[in-house]
Amino acid sequence: MNNNVSFNGWLRADGRKGIRNVIVVAYLVECAHHVTRRIVNLVDDMDVHLIGFPGCYPNQYAYDMMRAVCTHPNVGGALLVSLGCESMNREKLLRDILATNRPAELLVIQETGGTKATIDAGIAAVARLQSEAAKVARVPMYLNELIVGTICGGSDGTSGISANPAVGRCFDALVAADAVCIFEETGELIGCETIMADRAITPELGEEIEACVAKAEHYYRVMGFGSFAPGNADGGLTTLEEKSMGAYSKSGSSPISGLIKPGDIPPAGGLYLLDVVPDGEPRFGFPNISDNAEIIELIACGSHVILFTTGRGSVVGSAISPVIKVCANPETYRRLAGDMDVNAGRILEGEATLDEVGEEILQNVIAVASGKRSVSEDLGHQEFILTYKAFEPIGPSCLPVRQMA
Amino acid sequence: MTQSGDSGAQQKSAIAPVILLHPDDNILVCVKQFHPGDEISIDGENIISEIDIAVGHKIARTALSAGDKVYRYGAPIGSMTEAVAKGAHVHMHNMKSDYIPSHTRTRQNKDRSES
Repeated sequence: MNNNVSFNGWLRADGRKGIRNVIVVAYLVECAHHVTRRIVNLVDDMDVHLIGFPGCYPNQYAYDMMRAVCTHPNVGGALLVSLGCESMNREKLLRDILATNRPAELLVIQETGGTKATIDAGIAAVARLQSEAAKVARVPMYLNELIVGTICGGSDGTSGISANPAVGRCFDALVAADAVCIFEETGELIGCETIMADRAITPELGEEIEACVAKAEHYYRVMGFGSFAPGNADGGLTTLEEKSMGAYSKSGSSPISGLIKPGDIPPAGGLYLLDVVPDGEPRFGFPNISDNAEIIELIACGSHVILFTTGRGSVVGSAISPVIKVCANPETYRRLAGDMDVNAGRILEGEATLDEVGEEILQNVIAVASGKRSVSEDLGHQEFILTYKAFEPIGPSCLPVRQMA
Repeated sequence: MTQSGDSGAQQKSAIAPVILLHPDDNILVCVKQFHPGDEISIDGENIISEIDIAVGHKIARTALSAGDKVYRYGAPIGSMTEAVAKGAHVHMHNMKSDYIPSHTRTRQNKDRSES
């Protein structure tokens, strides 16, 4: 690994660097969604993204996530669109974003004069935010400043043989270059808890990891369904633990440096597990109702790029951070080639080794970090979903790196 | 564990229609579609496939009995619910999770066997 790989990042006031300079336009309740979407559609710029939270009731997690994504290093400015009577603390959110030296504006539909007036005001606000964001300095950025998250979606029996271990190879190379790598889906690591705990850098962290998977198992039992979709079975996966073993190989073979929760930014290079299952008794339904709910949590932890492995053929991307698609199944690749960045199915057809595909994924990460659009990004995929959840802060044993620092 | 899944796929060679992911496994994973009448070589013995088996699906490496743990990547991924012959398709109809029952579009909550 060449540790001198560098690309041009956008330097933010908090010292973090971004690989994109996106303007986010955020609705703070579903009632403001249409107005916000119209603003984004009429602006029609690939780097102006629609995000939002639909709920009217207050939720600390939703607030923390909105703050984390609006102040993400890939974000150069934010327009908040409120109806006016919802619970989200819009003034505090605006202050929190402005405190990071980002341009941000707030429009309250009830005070701005309704739908048409707010759409017009929003278009003008986005233009101001774009011109401010364009002034941000470009600086060299290195792999040890990069945060890469991984997720699998539409897994099948090939995911755990080709795409997932190939991402694991890429993660090993990135961790060796002192980048931060994050894997998650603790509900899809059920069955892997013991082997995963053995990779923790301290025994106490290992215990936290086992407890976190036990929490996930309890949560999914109460929900009545494991994290297992009908398409997984169509693709040859029979049980949750079989899916888990395949998903787990995305983590590669590096030691696990910490256990984080949505919104926690890893303090140093290394491999981290993101706990996405809420704490306490199940309250708001399934931990993550679809893949993008997990992607946005990876992004809230600072992920600049997401590596998304798929067997059945997911087509999603994400707002804020580009998604690189790694297709596990050669037959799916032939059907959906126009949605995929990397064909890991070649491994199953004897045309490439895991190491070669791992290196190809790494080169894609570097290219996308350098400004190249990923396939889903270029197709305009900007999915975003944020729902109700509740988390306790991480325990003292979860980040041994921070304690040593 | 992480590396164990790689052994079958790591060599650059002609397409192996089924792969053994770990020496302790009692199932093989199909990496090429099988049709009835196709020959499958399992540990040197040829079996004739009686059904279509799609890429990513599993077949029994040996005869398996009800209650046997199923091993993939060298790790247990569930248990057999009925006996099958060597070469048989191993899936929802004859194996189950040891953790949380799986669901399909037609087999939702009430029909699932609780594990």
